[in-house]
Amino acid sequence: MFDIDRWNEIWNALAKNKVRSLLTAFGVFWGIFMLIVMAGSGKGLQNGVSEGIAKFAANSAFFWAEQTSEPYKGFKRGRNWHMDWEDLQYLKDKVPEIEYITPKNFTGRFGNGSNVIRGKKNGTFNVKGDYPDYVKIDPATVLKGRWINDLDIRDKRKVCVIGEKVFESLFEPKEDPLGQYLKISGVYYQVVGLIRAETQININGRTEESISLPFSTMLQTYNMGNQVHFLAITAKKGVPVSVVEDKVKEFIKKKHSIAPTDMQALNSVNIEKEFKQMSGLFLGIQILTWIVGIGTLMAGVIGVSNIMLVIIKERTKEIGVQRAIGATPRVIIGQIMLESVVLTTVAGYIGLSMGVGLLELVNRIIESAPTKSGDRAFFAHPEVSLTVAVSALVVLIIAGLFAGMIPASRAIQIKPIDALREE
Amino acid sequence: MIQIENLHKSYVMGHNSLHVLKGLELGIEAGEFVSIMGSSGSGKSTLLNILGILDDYDQGTYYLGGKLIQGLNETKAALTRNEMIGFIFQSFNLISFKNAMENVALPLYYQKISRKKRNQIALEYLDRLGLKEWAHHLPSELSGGQKQRVAIARALISQPRIILADEPTGALDSTTSFEVMDILKEINDQGKTVIIVTHEHDIAAMTKKIIRLKDGVIEEVIKNGDLQLFKDRVRTE
Repeated sequence: MFDIDRWNEIWNALAKNKVRSLLTAFGVFWGIFMLIVMAGSGKGLQNGVSEGIAKFAANSAFFWAEQTSEPYKGFKRGRNWHMDWEDLQYLKDKVPEIEYITPKNFTGRFGNGSNVIRGKKNGTFNVKGDYPDYVKIDPATVLKGRWINDLDIRDKRKVCVIGEKVFESLFEPKEDPLGQYLKISGVYYQVVGLIRAETQININGRTEESISLPFSTMLQTYNMGNQVHFLAITAKKGVPVSVVEDKVKEFIKKKHSIAPTDMQALNSVNIEKEFKQMSGLFLGIQILTWIVGIGTLMAGVIGVSNIMLVIIKERTKEIGVQRAIGATPRVIIGQIMLESVVLTTVAGYIGLSMGVGLLELVNRIIESAPTKSGDRAFFAHPEVSLTVAVSALVVLIIAGLFAGMIPASRAIQIKPIDALREE
Repeated sequence: MIQIENLHKSYVMGHNSLHVLKGLELGIEAGEFVSIMGSSGSGKSTLLNILGILDDYDQGTYYLGGKLIQGLNETKAALTRNEMIGFIFQSFNLISFKNAMENVALPLYYQKISRKKRNQIALEYLDRLGLKEWAHHLPSELSGGQKQRVAIARALISQPRIILADEPTGALDSTTSFEVMDILKEINDQGKTVIIVTHEHDIAAMTKKIIRLKDGVIEEVIKNGDLQLFKDRVRTE
């Protein structure tokens, strides 16, 4: 195996056909390069998306009211209805599987003008009515001050928590926003907190462009009565979200006189289901990557096999002589297989290194690029795991063996006598 | 050393079968220096291939050094060749990218002898044939006579009991031919059986026994005592 003659032979066999060897090696190189880059990119996409949503409570579901689609109990179809604040306690009592339940309301943006003013500065932002528990479902980092608390809700305090973009447009960079006042749709609120979203999931506008008021304050200030626009619920540990989702729908429909068969009136999103779909998607991407990558690799390997056949043909006489002077078929097969494996492994290893190198380069570019919060691309840390790299290498060596098999069997079919016969 | 009885060999080509050797009988003792002659189509190449275990035969028996050579698989055939037979070819058949020493050492490579040791032995053999200073030259840098001497060294290195030479002088001029024949004669003097196939009478006349083939059987065997007669006849022919 490590006899220098053997390597000498390999080198000579390949060097005699430099161009062909190089082109063939390029086939294998490209195959493994693509496999690595695609696998890495797929992983990068997965990482990016996962980082964007990872902290979001996966066991959550959301509900909002739509027009009814069926007549029921004397109500016509197409009725506009809404959930109300009392539903929270009602659901808590009826559905013990609920862990957290929080309402969320929105104000429309009035006209095209700015709805938020501070001194000479103004801007248009989403205004939301929020509950203290909401950050347990969609976590946010409190950069300054605090999040809305129970006292805010109880006393209907005129306070607000702002996102980073809001801060940037309405404050000087070094200014402390806490204690300052914002005029939102004509009413003044004191800023008590500055937050940054930890996820990429946005409900009715991005968090950094939003201002959260205490839920109760919003109801009163904007004359919303006790209606609830949006309901976020998490299930207790070990309970599938869909169970909670179904129960919530059942009770809400019952309470608001909606036909149990009405599929449209109470809309919902089940995050657990979405996550599952997402991981299915990533699995699909991975499978596709391997299919395409191995396909490309196969093409390269067939190329290697092809060039080996040509080499055998050119070396017929030499192989004949070797066999005449005592080379057993095993020696010849070993020689050719080794040549094939060397060609594929070297080419593949270069492809592997360059692929990993490219991913690393992309990673550095992404990381060095100035990222504002919320501007993150859905792409992070493209990488190939050690498993992928090792299995690619194993695939390569096996492929090299396969590529050498046909030429090797061809070579031992050469009878020394035929090879030596004078033309 | 070689005992052949009732040897038959046919080549099948499509629907036709060509019967080349037709019940050939041949005995060669150890230490003999034999040439096989015959016009083309007489079966001499076929016989040489069978003697060299490069080809199988259809019928009869072939004993080499007391061992029956019949239906060997490729691995066994290769091992037997490596151990018993040294080949010399008309076109030398050196491996072009190996230098003289590596070419000579090749049979020992198949015997799994270490590189250092086999190169050392190869140098000894090259020295014996007066080629020591050419050891690191590639075949393309050698003359025809030198190449054939390298090939002879390669045939000798595994210390075979028989040297089979297929038209060893066919590609050489007469001076070098005689040099090569002198070497073969020397090898024979050292006790090795040497069998050469040739169609040149003067080359054949330098051996100690001539076997003439015709139509797949032995037509005539000219032995030591009669060689002078043969030489005379060659001159008149």
